[in-house]
Amino acid sequence: MARAEVQSLRDCLEGATRERFFRDRAATVRVDDLKRGTSLGGRLADFAGKSVLLAAGSQLATALALIELDGIARRLVILPPDVDPGHLGALSAAAEADAVVIDGASVPSEAFDLPLRVICTPNIVPGGERPLARLPTEWLLLTSGTTGVPKMVVHSLASLTAPILPVRQADYPVVWATFYDIRRYGGLQIFLRASLGGASLVLSSTGEPIADHLARLAEHGVTHLTGTPSHWRRALMSPAIGKIAPRYVRLSGEIADQAILDNLRHVFAPAGVGHAYASTEAGVAFEVNDGLAGFPAAFVEQPRNGVELKVVDGSLRIRSPRTASRYVGDTPAPLADGDGFVDTGDIVERHGERYRYVGRRGGIINIGGLKVHPEEVEAVINRHPRVRMSLVRPKRSPITGSIVIADVVLNESACAGEALPQVESDILKLCRDALPRHKVPAAIAFVPALDVAATGKLARRHG
Amino acid sequence: MTIKLTIMDQMAQIAREHGKTLAPLREDLVLLDSGLDSLGFAVLVARLEDKLGIDPFTSAEDAMFPVTFGDFVKVYENGAR
Repeated sequence: MARAEVQSLRDCLEGATRERFFRDRAATVRVDDLKRGTSLGGRLADFAGKSVLLAAGSQLATALALIELDGIARRLVILPPDVDPGHLGALSAAAEADAVVIDGASVPSEAFDLPLRVICTPNIVPGGERPLARLPTEWLLLTSGTTGVPKMVVHSLASLTAPILPVRQADYPVVWATFYDIRRYGGLQIFLRASLGGASLVLSSTGEPIADHLARLAEHGVTHLTGTPSHWRRALMSPAIGKIAPRYVRLSGEIADQAILDNLRHVFAPAGVGHAYASTEAGVAFEVNDGLAGFPAAFVEQPRNGVELKVVDGSLRIRSPRTASRYVGDTPAPLADGDGFVDTGDIVERHGERYRYVGRRGGIINIGGLKVHPEEVEAVINRHPRVRMSLVRPKRSPITGSIVIADVVLNESACAGEALPQVESDILKLCRDALPRHKVPAAIAFVPALDVAATGKLARRHG
Repeated sequence: MTIKLTIMDQMAQIAREHGKTLAPLREDLVLLDSGLDSLGFAVLVARLEDKLGIDPFTSAEDAMFPVTFGDFVKVYENGAR
């Protein structure tokens, strides 16, 4: 079905004739059954015009709710699995939620005491009459780059599916899988690709050992597989990697370096290996399929598929129909500049005919897909009475892409007396007590001084 | 301390710091079953670079990450030569 004809997500299932399934570790749903039945216990009409929190614990239930409610609900708020329960009230209020979809695996919360609360199950029952009116449903996604209550951005089915270009039907059944969670932008892209492309989808399950997950992917004949470079590095460490034989391998969500691209090409030859550049706000900007890290300078010089790129002060900016339209909130910050370009904060440098990524503006560190603000870690380190100042910076890691390192300047009183190893272990203990694991420095380097820039701020280098 | 003992020592320490239980470090132990997760190994590689002065994975662009503990130790022993 051509993209222009899609009115709601469920419509795109109609044309499918092949045996298709969506499945996770626990359950399988035949797409054919979903065309005639419902996962929401016949309550579909009650959701008309509602702003709905999608709070199911399982990805499969979330996928089913998305298919059923797009075009019916006013808003769908896609809550990722790791959302802080303390933020749910604020998120619900900001989204003006008046309905919630849960399942047996949902974490209970007062924020779910809404006028309409419906349980979603993968047991599809006949029925589920659909209201005739179709709404242009807003899809709200949480961003991962902020501290405090996450920001929500507004996408639409049109903006989310704009990157999915028509492809020639494969002469084999396409089965997509992703190491990602589909409640984040990167995973959601794969769910939509499978939905629109007439394919099946195998979902990941929280806490499932990687060897079991890979065995499951093999069992269900996965042909298209995607994850972050960190997901892939972890998968390559498993002896079970030999069980799968995907025809297409995709990376996104973090910067792919040449080593991981080469490894994947070597392990999965002759499969195609591509890496995509995307963010929740900017959408998918482009895909690179020449096997090389970075991206061709031609992408910046010549708009491709409606996506325009420019580099301002080193940072990549994107304007395209694939970007989110705005942030949610009373006085939301603008999502794009005056010309409609979204500033990604990713710093790139041109080398000949290629742009290479050199890091994040503001020094934000990406640890296997999780973002770390250096200031947050520095604030904890600086609480130690012996510390004068500290600088938290990324160091390249072959496993998680980056890892957190802290350069620490001690005050004079520290020079005498206490041994450095003791101070180091005290600082690390302080960090471990106050911060999530990925934010705790892997190593501390004691340095005599740190550079301070003309602005009076610590001089942070990119990358 | 030998390279292998240094690695074992660091793995035990990181497991303690991360509140994980380390499996007995036999040669054929699959690293993913050792009790350390991706973040644990990332920290391990960073600390070993401090202790041993080498990061065999980042210095060789095409280095494959090893699957077993024995292979992991070999990569460092080969890198140290």
